[in-house]
Amino acid sequence: MRVARGNLLESTREAFARLGGRLAAVILIFVVLGLASDVFLTQNNLLNVLRQAALLFLIASGLTLVILTAGLDLSVGANLGMSACLAASVLKATGSPFLGVLTGVASGLATGLANGLLVTALRIPPFIATYGMLWVLHGLSYYYMAGDTIYGFPPGFREIGSGYLFGLPVPIYLMFVFLAIGWLFLERTTWGQEVYAVGANPVAARLSGVPVRRRLVLVYTVSGGMAGLAALVYLARLNSAEADIGEPLLLPAIAAVLIGGASLFGGVGTLGGTLIGALILTLVLNGMNLLEVNANWQPLVTGAMVLIGVLLDMWTRRRAEEKS
Amino acid sequence: MHHRVHELARRLAALPGVAYILVLQAIVFGSVAQGFLSPLNLTNIGTQATILLMLALPMTLVILTEGLDISMGAVLTLCSVVLAWVLVHGGGIGLALAASAAMGLAFGVANGTLVSYLGMPPFVATLGTLGMAQGLALAITDGQSIVGISAQIAFMRADVLGIPLVLIIAFVAYFFVHALLYYTRFGTYVFAIGGNREALALAGVHARAWHAGVYVFAGLMVGITGLLLVARTNSGHPTAAFGMEFDAIAAVAVGGTSFERGEGWLFGTLLGVLAVGVMRNGLNVAGVSSSLQVVAIGLLVIAALLIDALRRRA
Repeated sequence: MRVARGNLLESTREAFARLGGRLAAVILIFVVLGLASDVFLTQNNLLNVLRQAALLFLIASGLTLVILTAGLDLSVGANLGMSACLAASVLKATGSPFLGVLTGVASGLATGLANGLLVTALRIPPFIATYGMLWVLHGLSYYYMAGDTIYGFPPGFREIGSGYLFGLPVPIYLMFVFLAIGWLFLERTTWGQEVYAVGANPVAARLSGVPVRRRLVLVYTVSGGMAGLAALVYLARLNSAEADIGEPLLLPAIAAVLIGGASLFGGVGTLGGTLIGALILTLVLNGMNLLEVNANWQPLVTGAMVLIGVLLDMWTRRRAEEKS
Repeated sequence: MHHRVHELARRLAALPGVAYILVLQAIVFGSVAQGFLSPLNLTNIGTQATILLMLALPMTLVILTEGLDISMGAVLTLCSVVLAWVLVHGGGIGLALAASAAMGLAFGVANGTLVSYLGMPPFVATLGTLGMAQGLALAITDGQSIVGISAQIAFMRADVLGIPLVLIIAFVAYFFVHALLYYTRFGTYVFAIGGNREALALAGVHARAWHAGVYVFAGLMVGITGLLLVARTNSGHPTAAFGMEFDAIAAVAVGGTSFERGEGWLFGTLLGVLAVGVMRNGLNVAGVSSSLQVVAIGLLVIAALLIDALRRRA
């Protein structure tokens, strides 16, 4: 169960107990790749890893909130694709980075809200609702783009994805900003604690006065909004948009959350864990690249990571049950 | 007289939502699209819906156990790629089908083990294996199409007594699964697992093995369907059946099988397959792009879920 609010020392210790093994995994991968590849430890490659992990974290952070409520958002990849396409055409048409950013985030939020309403008002199981949404968005994006590519965005906008600040890529700052905001929300606000409560035991949460449906709508909306935001970072980095750009990001996002220690059964997980999960997955895929493994194997490894993440959680759970 | 009208209204209200949807579709497409209701086009719909039916039948069994298999499209893709690969490399049709079925079976065993023995939530377990199947299909083909197999598989496009062979396969598959679900111990356990697996286990049944068996059966069906897919497309392509499980899940949902209560019926799935098939065909004939067809099917599912939710409330 969650520790009471305000007990910072204990919550830090608890977090470390959960994440210590995962940090060790990061260090192990570092050592192995450092020995196996000459390129791995170069500044360029490490910044590249961090930049990719940052993008993954942005998508996975919103998804973490959903998974904390024992839900799931399978539409994050398609949502990212759709938001990127809409933002790209607004950027092209107006040349205004502001309007482009507004469009991307608004599109992501709207999809997230729709997911939240499907899950709460229509009571469709989350994985079905968001899986249906995945294909609806997929269809809409393909119809909207009609096979076109939109490319070449204003330099001001491109800073979000490919710019540098004090020698570090901008997405890395975004990652830490949203990690901080998310941490404050989850640990220091009533709403955040209620998100954990909904996931740990929805019936108990409702009986103790938590507005369960509103918190559910909130997490799906936030997840959608983060997908929209990540779309902008991705768009600014790629400098082009196609209908299918979000599709390959769904499995990695889910893998990052699960490898990061969030439980599909709800109530357990942290954003710090998700950050480490994103880092582990990115390091593994980067290592495969450096060791010249055919990129076609990446979905297989990512799929396996999803399964490993869930198995680890189930194992932790069983051990905790045996102890108590 | 008044009594009879009342009785008729009561019977109409008791019909499943999918029946209304089918009638509505026949009226709308029949009046909008020229030639929609012609025997030729209706046969066409049946032929096109065969692959969908082959996936939707085992999907019904999986969903009846309160499960889900979203790896079906990716595994079917992988099976079709394996089948095409064997044919191109000089293997006979029997060997190719065996390889495809074995691949489907292997993924079925993996899904069944993860879900039943390890207790993993089905949608995540099959999402993981989806990624793995996708990766394998890409790795085998290196992202390219496998072509040059048309002669060996042409027999699949033949007619038997004037009926397309694939349509006959569809009928056989339906009646086989129907018999399996309603007249065997396996079928009884499928319903029991969805209702309460613990009770089944307490009754001394190897509930876990039967539960895993549902996924194994689904994998085997998908493996066999690989032959139908290669016969239709004349090639093995690494994204051939991409997302096909969505149509299958939609057909099961439209057919009135519930995702959460272990309730449903196989005939409803047949009607659901027809509803999805008619929708695709009708929109095709009306010239609507395939990307918007997916959106329409999503709305169809929501409509069906709404109708059933309203009926439960009434």
